[in-house]
Amino acid sequence: MGDPPPDPEPPSQPTSSSRNSQVSERRRSRERTRPLVPEELQQIPLDPQILRGSQEVLSNQSNLRGWPQRASLTPNENLVFQAEDPYVNPGFSAEVQPQAYLSEGRLQASHNASLMLPQLQQGEGNLFQQLESAYQGSPADLPGQFTMYQREDLPFSQGTQHGPYMRDDPTLQFSPSELGFMSFNMELPEPEPRELAVQNAKAYLLQTSVNSDLSLYEHLANLLTKILNQRPEDPLFLLESLNRTTQWEWFHPKLDTLRDDPEMQPTYEMAERQKALFGRSSSGEGEQEMEEETAETAVPNIMEKAFYFEQAGVGLSSDESFRVFMALKQLVEQQPIHTCRFWGKILGLSRSYLVAEVEFREGEEEAEEEEVEEMTEGGEGMEAHGEEEGDEDEDKATDVIPKPTWKPPPVIPKEDSRTGTNRYLYFVCNEPGRPWMRLPHVTPIQIVQARKIRKFFTGYLDAPVISYPPFPGNEANYLRAQIARISAATHISPLGFYQFGEEEGDEEEEGGAGRDSYEENPDFEGIPVLELVDSMANWVHHTQHILPQGRCTWVNPLQKTEEEEELGEEEEKADEGVEEVEQEVGPPLLTPLSEDAEIMHMAPWTARLSCTLSPQYSVAVVRSNLWPGAYAYASGKKFENIYIGWGHKYSPENFNPSLPAPIQHEYPSGPDTIEMSDPTVEEEQALKAAQEQALAAAEEEEEDEEEDEDEDQDD
Amino acid sequence: MDAESLLLALELASGSGQGLSPDRRASLLTSLMLVKRDYRFDRVLFWGRILGLVADYYIAQGVSEDQLAPRKTLYSLNCMEWSLLPPATKEMETQTSVVKGRFMGDPSHEYEHTELQKVNEGEKVFEEEVVVQIKEETRLVSVIDQIDKAVAVIPRGALFKTPFGPINVNRTFEGLSLSEAKKLSSYFHFREPVELKNKTLLEKAELDPSLDFMDSLEHDIPKDEDPRG
Repeated sequence: MGDPPPDPEPPSQPTSSSRNSQVSERRRSRERTRPLVPEELQQIPLDPQILRGSQEVLSNQSNLRGWPQRASLTPNENLVFQAEDPYVNPGFSAEVQPQAYLSEGRLQASHNASLMLPQLQQGEGNLFQQLESAYQGSPADLPGQFTMYQREDLPFSQGTQHGPYMRDDPTLQFSPSELGFMSFNMELPEPEPRELAVQNAKAYLLQTSVNSDLSLYEHLANLLTKILNQRPEDPLFLLESLNRTTQWEWFHPKLDTLRDDPEMQPTYEMAERQKALFGRSSSGEGEQEMEEETAETAVPNIMEKAFYFEQAGVGLSSDESFRVFMALKQLVEQQPIHTCRFWGKILGLSRSYLVAEVEFREGEEEAEEEEVEEMTEGGEGMEAHGEEEGDEDEDKATDVIPKPTWKPPPVIPKEDSRTGTNRYLYFVCNEPGRPWMRLPHVTPIQIVQARKIRKFFTGYLDAPVISYPPFPGNEANYLRAQIARISAATHISPLGFYQFGEEEGDEEEEGGAGRDSYEENPDFEGIPVLELVDSMANWVHHTQHILPQGRCTWVNPLQKTEEEEELGEEEEKADEGVEEVEQEVGPPLLTPLSEDAEIMHMAPWTARLSCTLSPQYSVAVVRSNLWPGAYAYASGKKFENIYIGWGHKYSPENFNPSLPAPIQHEYPSGPDTIEMSDPTVEEEQALKAAQEQALAAAEEEEEDEEEDEDEDQDD
Repeated sequence: MDAESLLLALELASGSGQGLSPDRRASLLTSLMLVKRDYRFDRVLFWGRILGLVADYYIAQGVSEDQLAPRKTLYSLNCMEWSLLPPATKEMETQTSVVKGRFMGDPSHEYEHTELQKVNEGEKVFEEEVVVQIKEETRLVSVIDQIDKAVAVIPRGALFKTPFGPINVNRTFEGLSLSEAKKLSSYFHFREPVELKNKTLLEKAELDPSLDFMDSLEHDIPKDEDPRG
């Protein structure tokens, strides 16, 4: 506040009659209902003479008020007032105008003041300066409207001497000195219909600020209310501090000292969200619903598994398990899911992830996948073009810039969905009740990089993973890569539960890659718990091992696709002979755990009975030492895997991030690029001497030749 | 976890995935009562569990009248029979810092560590490889001590200090309010203060000597950062 008002621009002159109609239109169209106002209007006849008379008054007024801009009012500019009404609270301006016409030659400062102030209290301080000059003094019968001190949402009340105030007792007259200098914050409108201008003005004032939810309109209204309530001695002087106090109060609501307001705690919000979980789906009738639900659903029996894990000393508490169950049920309802399993929980710094392993029904997920693939392919194509153009530019340069010899390693294609590492889809959510989010498929390069870094999860899927070597992706990709590694390393089942399909294909033909599918064995009888605990050979991995390449099935990276061949045949031919990539082989599917490699003379798995005091009812529990947090239990024909942990592999040493690579050679060093030391004086002299000798020798030869020639000539 | 409120505390701490099977819980409740009676502790705390390859150690700590006095540590393999561990010393810490890897689960297991030691034999000075035997019990003691010093945390207001010296449990402590619970400054390290005397007088002026007599968690490194980067 405190900006000087800009110069008013004279708008076009509407006729007085149209003016009136516009005023009434505006009145009707304004947002707040002012049923009393039209009545007022009728009371006040428009009188062009009054208008003219008011001009002089205007100019006098402005001189009185000290606003020089007003001094040079012309009859045309008189109309400015009406045009400037848009700035005013429309309801108010309606009253203002007729008053202007009415009061003729009444230069009562007090009246003006009283007219001004209510406008001020309207909450739009800018406008009133102009308006007050429009006030010629109020007629006796309409003082109420002007002295009305209103907030934006209060209607006018006609005829009352002192209108309803928001909070305090009404005051009668204000002396001019009490009025603050309200700054004019708005720009003048272009010559537009007043209605639109009014709405524009109001909309502008109602804009909320960037930093808060408060708009200028509200703030000024609050400020003026506060001033009028408190009636300080010299409000102009205190304006700044009052402004600040009002702002502060907006954000610190006054607390009732007698009663405590109930706090809005985040726990209440969480409870609300979880309440939604427990509601039944509304579709269908009661009986049908029961039948559907007792039929087979994809939702696993989490409570049973939680019970067994609890016997082993692992797992979430029972009510959290139940909430997880409800959340999985919600997931199954939302997505076309064929099978679903609770994979586990990954703890994070701010929030944790609940992970569900899911298989879609046939054909359901292809649509989304295609979109993702198109995007990535488009990106790759563009990069290829970029390389070509770069090569051409280099050739054109006069000075041949040495071409970098570093080539990015070939991109290994990711595995198709439903195969290898991407066999299952994973959904994560932070808490039961929050929406489930789908994780993208994992690419081999992500797995390779994830092996080299070690970062805690923060709980936000879009958080960046800042590390060296740089991880290609954000936290969602890193999470997916860790899930893939954990699944491949720790998903085990009792021997015999899964078996290979009937086709006993030739393993040799497949290049030793092994079979990658299995099915449940209907004849599985279950292994006694004691045997499961004793020997690790009774457990097998049922997920494929991830090769160092990052995939489950090996792909030769040097096999060129057609595009690559077009690009750089010459360069690649040179490299062919050098690089030969060996095929990577991993242990085939369904290998027993006894074949797992040891770490530091430590067995990778620990097996226990869940309760030594009652072995007949115990459950066999296997715990991974390589991935702390991975557990599996088996009892009779049931078994299950779970992971609850931070998502990192065990390493006996503390983690050291890898150092950055050494700086590459910028250019081959040769005599023309290397700085040689300048020859010393002795060397130069020696050289000079040698040159002189050579010269002398050459001269002698020439002389000899000349002598010979002379002799010849003489002859 | 206080032995008296063990079950509730286990429920609350179950989010991390580690819990106790029902048989262990039952044995703990029983045996900790007996430990309290036998050793005449004021409070018995179930400290936790250390996983080993063959067996797990269950650790309990007994607190005497003065809460900040060094606590006695006991361990058990089956939650029934408890054995007292010797107090930790500096030499133990340096000795066991060379051992890496998992605990075996057998308290009498000995780790072998070869060291090069200079041996003086008369005029000759040469290095000899000496195999040092480190008992797992020693390692257990020093590891428990290190963990305690680093992460044992207590909320502000749970203990108070009397002018006579001993530190007592604050019976009127109702827990932290929601806004206080989110701040790191409302939690203290449950150990003898190390950094308190380094504070400036200005900072000390705001502290309440009966409540703020331990290091707060605020100044620990690494600092809490915004996870979004």
